[in-house]
Amino acid sequence: MITVEFNNVTKAYPLYHHFAMGIKSLLLHPSKILTIFKSARYIAIEDVSFSINKGETVGFIGRNGAGKSTSLALIAGVLAPTKGTITVKGRIASMLELGGGFHPELTGRENIRMNASLLGLRKKEINKKLDQIIEFSELGDFIDEPIRIYSSGMLAKLGFSVISQVDPDILIIDEVLSVGDGPFQEKCLKVIESFKNKCVTILIVSHDMNTIKKICDKVVWIENHKLKKFGNTETIVKDYLNFMN
Amino acid sequence: MRYSIGYLFELVLVITGKEIKIRYKNNIFGYLWSLANPLCFAFIYYVAFKVVMKVPVENYTLFLLCGLFPWQWFANSLIMGMGGFLSNAQIIKKTAFPRFVIPFSTVLMECFHFIFAIPVIFIFLHIYGFSPDWIWLAGVPIIGLAQILFSFGLAILFATINLFFRDIERFVSLAIMMLFYATPILYSVDLVPKEYLWVFNANPLSSMILSWRDLFMHNNLNWGYVGNFYISSLICVFLGMWTYNKLKDRFAEVL
Repeated sequence: MITVEFNNVTKAYPLYHHFAMGIKSLLLHPSKILTIFKSARYIAIEDVSFSINKGETVGFIGRNGAGKSTSLALIAGVLAPTKGTITVKGRIASMLELGGGFHPELTGRENIRMNASLLGLRKKEINKKLDQIIEFSELGDFIDEPIRIYSSGMLAKLGFSVISQVDPDILIIDEVLSVGDGPFQEKCLKVIESFKNKCVTILIVSHDMNTIKKICDKVVWIENHKLKKFGNTETIVKDYLNFMN
Repeated sequence: MRYSIGYLFELVLVITGKEIKIRYKNNIFGYLWSLANPLCFAFIYYVAFKVVMKVPVENYTLFLLCGLFPWQWFANSLIMGMGGFLSNAQIIKKTAFPRFVIPFSTVLMECFHFIFAIPVIFIFLHIYGFSPDWIWLAGVPIIGLAQILFSFGLAILFATINLFFRDIERFVSLAIMMLFYATPILYSVDLVPKEYLWVFNANPLSSMILSWRDLFMHNNLNWGYVGNFYISSLICVFLGMWTYNKLKDRFAEVL
């Protein structure tokens, strides 16, 4: 069964800084007025198609700025495609950025509630899982401190604790686990293993090829905003490493 | 993805709770500050317009407060709500949830402030020898609902436009200031020269203030005003939601 499907997806961002130029530069450089109306666009991914089956763990690899994060944001439903269609089936738990979906002034506990609510959980479920999440996060007394004082490792722990305890059908993790300490990374990998056994679809961005090789069934390699290769982990990672060197 | 009403309700409460916590994080007096503003303005206007300029309106302080508290609710909802998507960029960019709950939460939070201000109106009613009536129990929710819709409609409309055209924020602040004087808060409508009356008939905020004042001071639900107010509220909600639905998919990319 297909859970995530990309059909000739293109995502282009209009470059909004043109609007932000302000009236001063407009008056000083009237010739630039035209450039505002010209559609200045940045193409993040172009004509990408792939489909991911239920229960598969898929790694997204490629250089910085190639379009990996955009692809995940599209799957998470934060962005909408410019062209093409995206089908996603099931509840998504996403961790698109360190501290993403959190508010710095709220405490860890308050942020868990807010984040879980944003991810689509009902209050009852949150109450039931709150202790579990806090325990998993290993944050101890820090859980009642505002998260602006957290280190990036602690933020990663908090974020991963929430998404791992909300029973998602699809788990999206964008290159955030690398900041956690060794034991916690181990724990995360274990959780990911257990999710795999529960037939949860996992999508992960990482630059660490060892992690990718260890957990991913398939790999999406995005190069220069286009899908370069999609398929078996072993072969693509090998090609990728050769290509990068 | 469809969201159930129960979920949306809980999400609104969570976001509202968050806004309140952040707003009063380092304030000892908390919500009392929301009373300070209208009370202070009531004092200023009383001195300026009653003591100095001798406006021929009876029970002027009470008259002012009955207009200032609803006005504060409206104006704050719009001003704060307009920046809501910007100040919540962090969660909008990283999670997919129905974004309209953000301006709605702002309106709701200001609504709570208004409800907490009602006892102050009680006190002033008492000072001026008025007494509230049971009709308030029906009147406050009826006019309140219209005001929630009205404020929400405008807040989401301008919050959405504000993402793509940030100048709108300045424009709206100025417009709110002008509207304040074009709405019968400081004066009563019968003081207005006949040739300018159309301004007040066209201004939905007049119906809003007049509905509240009729309820608070005369224990009377004026269905003419309330009806007018509901019609403008529905128009605002329609305009706001239409604009929002057109542009909501692009929020994350412009933030």
